[in-house]
Amino acid sequence: MKHLLSTADLSKDDAILLLDTAAQMAATQSREIKKLPTLRGRTVVNLFFEDSTRTRISFETAAKRLSADVINFSAKGSSVSKGESLKDTALTLHAMGADAVVVRHHASGAPHMLAHAGWLDAGVLNAGDGTHQHPTQALLDAFTIRRHLVGQRSGTDPVGADLAGLRVAIVGDVLHSRVARSNVHLLHTLGAEVTLVSPPTLLPVGVEAWPCRVSYHLDETLLQWQPDAVMMLRVQRERMGGGSGAFFPSPQEYSRTFGLNARRLAFLPDHAIVMHPGPMNRGLEISADAADHVRSVIVEQVANGVAVRMAALYLLLAGNESSERNAL
Amino acid sequence: MNAGTAVPGSGTSSTSTTTSSAPAVTVLGEAEIARALTRIAHEITERNKGARDVVLLGIPTRGVTLAARLATLLAEIEPSFDPDAVGELDVTMYRDDLQRQPTRSVGVTRVPVSIDDRTVVLVDDVLFSGRTIRAALDALNDLGRPRVVQLAALVDRGHRELPIRADFVGKNLPTSRSERVGVRLRETDGVADAVLIAGRASA
Repeated sequence: MKHLLSTADLSKDDAILLLDTAAQMAATQSREIKKLPTLRGRTVVNLFFEDSTRTRISFETAAKRLSADVINFSAKGSSVSKGESLKDTALTLHAMGADAVVVRHHASGAPHMLAHAGWLDAGVLNAGDGTHQHPTQALLDAFTIRRHLVGQRSGTDPVGADLAGLRVAIVGDVLHSRVARSNVHLLHTLGAEVTLVSPPTLLPVGVEAWPCRVSYHLDETLLQWQPDAVMMLRVQRERMGGGSGAFFPSPQEYSRTFGLNARRLAFLPDHAIVMHPGPMNRGLEISADAADHVRSVIVEQVANGVAVRMAALYLLLAGNESSERNAL
Repeated sequence: MNAGTAVPGSGTSSTSTTTSSAPAVTVLGEAEIARALTRIAHEITERNKGARDVVLLGIPTRGVTLAARLATLLAEIEPSFDPDAVGELDVTMYRDDLQRQPTRSVGVTRVPVSIDDRTVVLVDDVLFSGRTIRAALDALNDLGRPRVVQLAALVDRGHRELPIRADFVGKNLPTSRSERVGVRLRETDGVADAVLIAGRASA
């Protein structure tokens, strides 16, 4: 693996290797000394053209726990606000000797461009591009699902396991959600069944070609399909150009029809978990009692995010694919 | 030199142990390995005046198996030995050659008891350059502060690149650098226990 750009081109073996490595990384994070010397001397650049708190600090924490040097580059207050192009920024990073670039960009495909245009030879990790992909979020979601639903069901360490037979409902603003796109592909690759639940106005064109089912009814899906995990998506009001009224009549109506609350939680099987990629709009897509419920794993998702990003950085940066293996 | 016959971790070649058609030569058989481990177990109790504080940590893959066998032997000869005091220590993330190798997958580290102020015995199958043990010492450092660290190796093949020596050795095997020493264990490889040398010039 040289880059991590999209979950759609991630093979099942690579996905499971990422999850297994993340499990070992997570184990090191419960120690008193959490820092590992693995990426000493490597430089990771966090290149953020879009606001982000949790993803950036999660990547920063992951890189630092592996002893890499971290440089944060945010578009605000930088040369980008003076009109520098993506190419010139990339050439600057190349000149500074970045080994990996973690990029978030408002334009779908920007990380792909960075990885393949020949501007820099660093590994590129997509930390969210437009409404396209957010692979590390999907990986941490899959990791959380595997740990809770596969690990606890069999009572063993889920190393090497996929998600075959599990049902995951992804509910809410699919149209603007790179998290949903990444999750649909990754969960499908890992053998889980996915149903998207969303008002028709918040589903993208071409969704019927995705490897998942689509429903317009949350109650019906929860009651009849009995998902093992329910993933709520944030209503991305900042991407809804015409104000929040453009895609649904009112926040109250959205919340009534597609919000997760204690009443809907009761429809689910006892082992089901509630997920949210954050940041949450409490009272809109998820009620406070659902967000803070014992079956909610939302805080755990954040902790798992560090382990998954450590795994991704490790697998992208630690090895040298070109060198020959010599014994011992 | 016929590479690939006994690369550690490949586990592919050979049901061949004694009557081998491959150039691999068996230097230790099942009985010899069992005797060597029994002797090492006794030496551990002798050196540490019992085994009360001993924690065995195997280095994956085969060191883990050897540590488990040593734990069984220690429990038989020393009732004071805590049968839970055996674990595994993955050193992948502490290696000094990560950037010169294809990506290695990270193994399990499981240390079931506190190692603070205990006697840690690291267990590995083949002691060669000493770099794996250097990595293991760094990994131990992050897990606690043992009172003493000792090293047990089934085979010491020489060619050290660091000032590291084993406290307990099953067999000293003089080798040349071009030879490959492979260890097969029933639990990990599914064949009878054996230590093989491949790539001998005379083969």
